[in-house]
Amino acid sequence: MAHFDTTTNAGQLLAAASGGRRRRGDRIFSNTAVIAAVTILALLAGVAIFLVSEGLPALTASSSELPHGESFLSYVAPLAFGTALAGVLAMIIAVPLAVAVALFITHIAPARIALWLGFVVDLLAAIPSIIYGLWGIFVLGPAAVPAMKWLEEKLGFLPIFEGPASITGRTMLVVGLVLAVMILPIVSAVAREVFSQTPRKLQEGAQALGATRWEMIKTTVLPFGKSSVMSGAMLGLGRALGETMAVAIILSVSGGVSFNLISQANPSTIAANIALNFPESSGLAINLLIATGLALFVITLATNFLARWIIARSEVK
Amino acid sequence: MSSSKWLAVFAAACVLVLGLAACGGGDSSSSSSPSTSEESGETESGGGAPSTEASGEIAGAGSTAQEAAQKAWTAEFENANGGATISYDGVGSGGGREKFIAGAVAFAGSDTPLSEEEGELGKATKRCEPGELVEVPDYISPIAIVYNLPGVEELKLTPETLAKIFNQEIESWNDPEIAKENEGVELPETRIVPVNRSDESGTTENFTDYLSQAAPSVWTHEVSGEWPVKGGEAASGTSGVIEAVSAGEGAIGYADASQAGELGKALIQVGSNWAEPSPEAAAKVLDLSKEDPELEKGQKNVIAFEIDRKTEASGVYPIILVSSLIGCTKYKSADEAALVKAYFEYAISPEGQELAAEAAGSAPLSSALTKKVEAAVGAIE
Repeated sequence: MAHFDTTTNAGQLLAAASGGRRRRGDRIFSNTAVIAAVTILALLAGVAIFLVSEGLPALTASSSELPHGESFLSYVAPLAFGTALAGVLAMIIAVPLAVAVALFITHIAPARIALWLGFVVDLLAAIPSIIYGLWGIFVLGPAAVPAMKWLEEKLGFLPIFEGPASITGRTMLVVGLVLAVMILPIVSAVAREVFSQTPRKLQEGAQALGATRWEMIKTTVLPFGKSSVMSGAMLGLGRALGETMAVAIILSVSGGVSFNLISQANPSTIAANIALNFPESSGLAINLLIATGLALFVITLATNFLARWIIARSEVK
Repeated sequence: MSSSKWLAVFAAACVLVLGLAACGGGDSSSSSSPSTSEESGETESGGGAPSTEASGEIAGAGSTAQEAAQKAWTAEFENANGGATISYDGVGSGGGREKFIAGAVAFAGSDTPLSEEEGELGKATKRCEPGELVEVPDYISPIAIVYNLPGVEELKLTPETLAKIFNQEIESWNDPEIAKENEGVELPETRIVPVNRSDESGTTENFTDYLSQAAPSVWTHEVSGEWPVKGGEAASGTSGVIEAVSAGEGAIGYADASQAGELGKALIQVGSNWAEPSPEAAAKVLDLSKEDPELEKGQKNVIAFEIDRKTEASGVYPIILVSSLIGCTKYKSADEAALVKAYFEYAISPEGQELAAEAAGSAPLSSALTKKVEAAVGAIE
């Protein structure tokens, strides 16, 4: 409190000293900042209002009125499952990889290579998702067919590799890989930023105590960056959950809830389902699709709140 | 010493460049005044011009199946009519019907006729008041059954077998039911992977309509633009289906025949014949079909068929997609109505149909059908 007072006093003194000019500048600046913040909130509220008002007819309609003859919940449940499955799969692949890449760039690679590699990883973020989708069906999918056949033969006892393996490679596993590549730059950029800010004193202290490079990273860099890496991962998850085109193009969506990652019958995701069915829909079917969009909105919001809560809790410790 | 000399040279160069730039600036400013006056003169004369160019601008939206044909038509039509601008947005049939009903576009293209079931026919009729609704077929296209089986050059399928394959009841290519009709062909043991559209589409709706008419004992699913059977391979768009079938050995799918490329196209049993997808065989189906009173509701300018998929006539290929143009007889302005009329007339004319066949591989309307359609389009005022 006292600290706060001294800074405001100093600010007032400065403002008085410069004859009130600074005060006007401050006012303009703070007003602009407030307007920007309010605009963001208004945008979010606007989207939420749109989703609720357009989705409401589908939410309130009885299941016999809806285009598929099933209730909204039983329609959206497999889609939400597919969305979560694709997102979690992408996270499992991307987060460890992104952390490893960030560690390599900040602590292991020579400066010149680090700079170049960081640039290349960032470049991945500049590729439009439709290109990733095309890459997925033309390159990665066909290339993954033999690998998935192998998984079915050797690891078929696991429900996730039960098969029968797809002959075209348009599976949840391939989608997970493509999404992982898409979110890699986001997660690794955040991780890189925080890893490079690890206090030198801590790192040197660890090494002075005889820690190897890995022990130093384990005891200083990773704990220091943990919460930031988690929020970076959440940003990535947000992108993976909402990714539309790549999933819509690649995934063979013809199944309900299934953990089988390598078969031709996969659950669709909410975003891809909207993209695939919106053009030919009319009337209540559009309301239904928008209502599923509302469900995605809620899921993303909940994920973010949960992540913030976890981060906040881990920071207190 | 030398550095200061270079500095002097640099300064001199700067002065020179600046001077030139100033001169250039002066030039441009002096020359700009006459040019602006010229421009204003042009706009004045331009303001008078539109009266000579009676045609204006109309927009349409709808079926993606028609898009290639619509593009060819709009380009040619605009070439022939200098002042006309026609745009067609391939948002999908449902989106096109919705936009037409809302009055956002002057005309729509749809793979399924407006029907009373979804309440669209009534709404569209209301949209056209005080005029009447016009709905005519303008685009017929055969849907090919494409398969990927190296070594199998010719594949014959009865409607029942086809329905069982897509219903996942027959799971292997050397199944006796397929072998029965394909004597002398060595069928591999490969697993059959039926490929369907993952997006809602008119192609799916027309194909499932065929299956439920031609093989009602096997295909008991509802006719719909959304594929009803779970667990198959699903791909988005015609190109996605073609790509999936090409990629997977043992795959079979349905797609617009013009897009089939080098994939094998199955022969389908019609009566006692084996029919191949071709524009002529596709166009013939509509000549054998009856108009559907349920879809027409007594409106004289609506031509909607109940496509006779069960026909046993020879030289006919019954798995076809029929797409329609939707418009009104009256619009807010006479100019708009005249433009819609002229465009519709061009699209259904033999030249327009020929152009669509070239651009999209569609089947030109038969001459008997053209006469009917011309009469309906002629009602636009």
